[in-house]
Amino acid sequence: MSIVTVQLGQCGNQIGFEVFDALYTDSHCPQGLCSKRENEAYQASCKERFFSEEENGVPVARAVLVDMEPKVTNQTLSKAAQSGRWKYGQHSCFCQKQGSGNNWAYGYSVHGPRHEESIMNLIQKEVEKCDSLSGFFIIMSMAGGTGSGLGAFVTQNLQDQYSNSLKMNQIIWPYGTGEVIVQNYNSILTLSHLYRSSDALLVHENDALHKICAKLMNIKQISFSDINQVLAHQLGSVFQPAYSVEGSCHYRRNPLGIDWQVRPPLSGLPTLGKASLNRGLHFNMSIANLVILRGKDVHSADLGGFKDSALYTSWLEPINAFNVWKTQRAFSKYEKSAALVSNSQFLLKPLDMIVGKAWNMFASKAYIHQYTKFGIEEEDFLDSFTLLEQVVASYCNL
Amino acid sequence: MTQSVVVQVGQCGNQIGCCFWDLALREHAAVNQKGIYDEAISSFFRNVDTRVVGDGGSISKGKICSLKARAVLIDMEEGVVNEILQGPLRDVFDSKQLITDISGSGNNWAVGHKVFGSLYQEQILEKLRKSAEHCDCLQCFFIIHSMGGGTGSGLGTFLLKLLEDEFPEVYRFVTSVYPSGEDDVITSPYNSILAMKELNEHADCVLPIDNQSLFDIISKIDLMVNSGKLGTTIKPKSLVTSSAGAVKKQHQKPFDAMNNIVANLLLNLTSSARFEGSLNMDLNEISMNLVPFPQLHYLVSSLTPLYTLADVNIPTRRLDQMFSDAFSKDHQLIRADPKHSLYLACALMVRGNVQVSDLRRNIERLKPSLQFVSWNQEGWKTSLCSVPPVGHSHSLLALANNTCVKPTFMELKERFMRLYKKKAHLHHYLQIEGMEESSFMEAVSSLSGLIEEYNQLDATKSMPVEDFPRLSIAV
Repeated sequence: MSIVTVQLGQCGNQIGFEVFDALYTDSHCPQGLCSKRENEAYQASCKERFFSEEENGVPVARAVLVDMEPKVTNQTLSKAAQSGRWKYGQHSCFCQKQGSGNNWAYGYSVHGPRHEESIMNLIQKEVEKCDSLSGFFIIMSMAGGTGSGLGAFVTQNLQDQYSNSLKMNQIIWPYGTGEVIVQNYNSILTLSHLYRSSDALLVHENDALHKICAKLMNIKQISFSDINQVLAHQLGSVFQPAYSVEGSCHYRRNPLGIDWQVRPPLSGLPTLGKASLNRGLHFNMSIANLVILRGKDVHSADLGGFKDSALYTSWLEPINAFNVWKTQRAFSKYEKSAALVSNSQFLLKPLDMIVGKAWNMFASKAYIHQYTKFGIEEEDFLDSFTLLEQVVASYCNL
Repeated sequence: MTQSVVVQVGQCGNQIGCCFWDLALREHAAVNQKGIYDEAISSFFRNVDTRVVGDGGSISKGKICSLKARAVLIDMEEGVVNEILQGPLRDVFDSKQLITDISGSGNNWAVGHKVFGSLYQEQILEKLRKSAEHCDCLQCFFIIHSMGGGTGSGLGTFLLKLLEDEFPEVYRFVTSVYPSGEDDVITSPYNSILAMKELNEHADCVLPIDNQSLFDIISKIDLMVNSGKLGTTIKPKSLVTSSAGAVKKQHQKPFDAMNNIVANLLLNLTSSARFEGSLNMDLNEISMNLVPFPQLHYLVSSLTPLYTLADVNIPTRRLDQMFSDAFSKDHQLIRADPKHSLYLACALMVRGNVQVSDLRRNIERLKPSLQFVSWNQEGWKTSLCSVPPVGHSHSLLALANNTCVKPTFMELKERFMRLYKKKAHLHHYLQIEGMEESSFMEAVSSLSGLIEEYNQLDATKSMPVEDFPRLSIAV
């Protein structure tokens, strides 16, 4: 079961490199804390999932690199090649010269259609190399122009062309105090479009990652490289092979195949309305939680806390919403590690903030001319706002 | 990777341009030790095999043979351009890429714009097309000129309309030197106002500069250099005014020091597009992020540091000082007071060994003392380029779209009205074909419109920041 990764834009490519590096390093880590056979099975599974074999034995990442200007992809390709341990495919890179200028409209409406064929061909080639395709992992940021705009376009295409495969988008939530002035516009346009074509959005906030580096890791001068490595570590601990609860003997667990889309019951139920009023508890309501445990003593770990019904919205039984995967093989030399992937109200506040700021800017019409220049009209903005307000409301009502 | 073409017009434009090419060569020589013609160099230079006669000599890869600037030099007098072509930089310029005349524009915008404009239109287009053909992917035209004279002001702005029509997809960044109050050209207010209309309508981005600010920066540096304080030996190459290590070994003209400052501005502006970094910023992103409304495209620039002390390690405090300095009036290239006016947007372009945490820390620290417009409270655009400028371990260029440019424009308008009311020197302009009193009235009206836009934004300054009511959705 293989996953094809598409890395878009500066952010996507910089992160993509760190992710593959983390996956590779972990899978070749000698201290697996488990039997040799176990380790070999793990390695083989990881390899099949993320790398393909090449003639001279150097694993090639199952990835397509896309950027609208060459500096970052050049760097990424050479960093991987220089490591000597793994690399990207020679022809897996698509880049242009001009960049997208932080303009979602340019990425989506100009670059998208213009380069659709070339990019989809590259992806097709990668797919053909897989024995069986799990799905797609698309890494992109929301704040810029390529990752966000072109990323939304590509995801849509993947939905059309590979409608039976799962698509998970790793999106990077920008710093609250701005890396790009029009980041809020770019973000709402991205989210609204991805909502229609992606199966799951895995979100990492730069602010949160930054805090991890500062508070938990005590790094004094935090660089984007540090931040990306933290992210890669988190993703690695989720995506590396793990056994499902049913205790199957094979590492077949498809990390993308989690049923993230839960439908709330029909609005006839009275509890819905009442639950939303009683927010005094400020409990973060979840509709799905996945815990992945790796390392020593995984089978004896107590996960009762995760099954508490207070954590879950009133119309879900914890049993339906909570999943756990375990494997004895340790991750990245950590004796014990746990990862939690959660579909909850956690992102409600950041989402609300972004929508609010974008709305204020939109109300004053600032920067709109930069988007209409390339075919994104005010109606498109309004559609995006409407969709996202619905998402906010849905999460609010959990 | 994209290319940019520099079009230098008039005496001021060409002198600044010359300093720019000088420092650009110096910068690339410092970064590119192996002499390979790479994408970074190609953004401003062509690689030419000089043995090939005619046009076919361009080399796209491999060793550097002979570098030619992607420049078009225009002047209606021969003196300045001739000096450049006979000076130490003569080999950098393609002798075919220039347009000169003999008589000059007589400090008359109308002569520059109308007379020479129509006379040289075809030639100008030809040279521009040639430059564009030599580019793989042309992204930006940089126009350097002054506002107060005749050629730079008149012909320089005539160019803008040409560029917009001929190359609509290519950005037009204009570096304009504004006349100070004590300018010795009496008609500079006329020339400036007439030029402003063109800048309003045809430029994507304008970086206004005034001589007084440049002069003040030089005085500040001189004070530092000559103060003789212990431990204040300054690295010569690090002076923002210096040509040390460049081709022009010493200041040949009194304006060189000032021109070097502007040259450094342009180099820092384009550094993140040319060199790699952890957060790149291309030239098209400048316009996208800093121009919220088409007319409001005037950016206040400030550069730090102005020099590096030779024997001091750079602790974090020093780094933070760099950020504070960028928001101090001493480092601005135009006299204005952004701290007491309204920010519409601000970009911080950092070079060298600076990481994202340094950036965030300083933004948090400086934010409270700055007023941002209500719809753009976090209006920051940031970029991190790994390659520092020559002589420094790091540097910062701050570009602000701020209502503080309004007083400059209002002053210009006042000086104009003082002259215009008396009809002083007007006949020099009106006798040119195509010039009428209405031309002046339209120009003033354009400027007034711009000032009014800034006024309306300023009016929101004291109002409380209110959120617009959001869309209400039925779930």
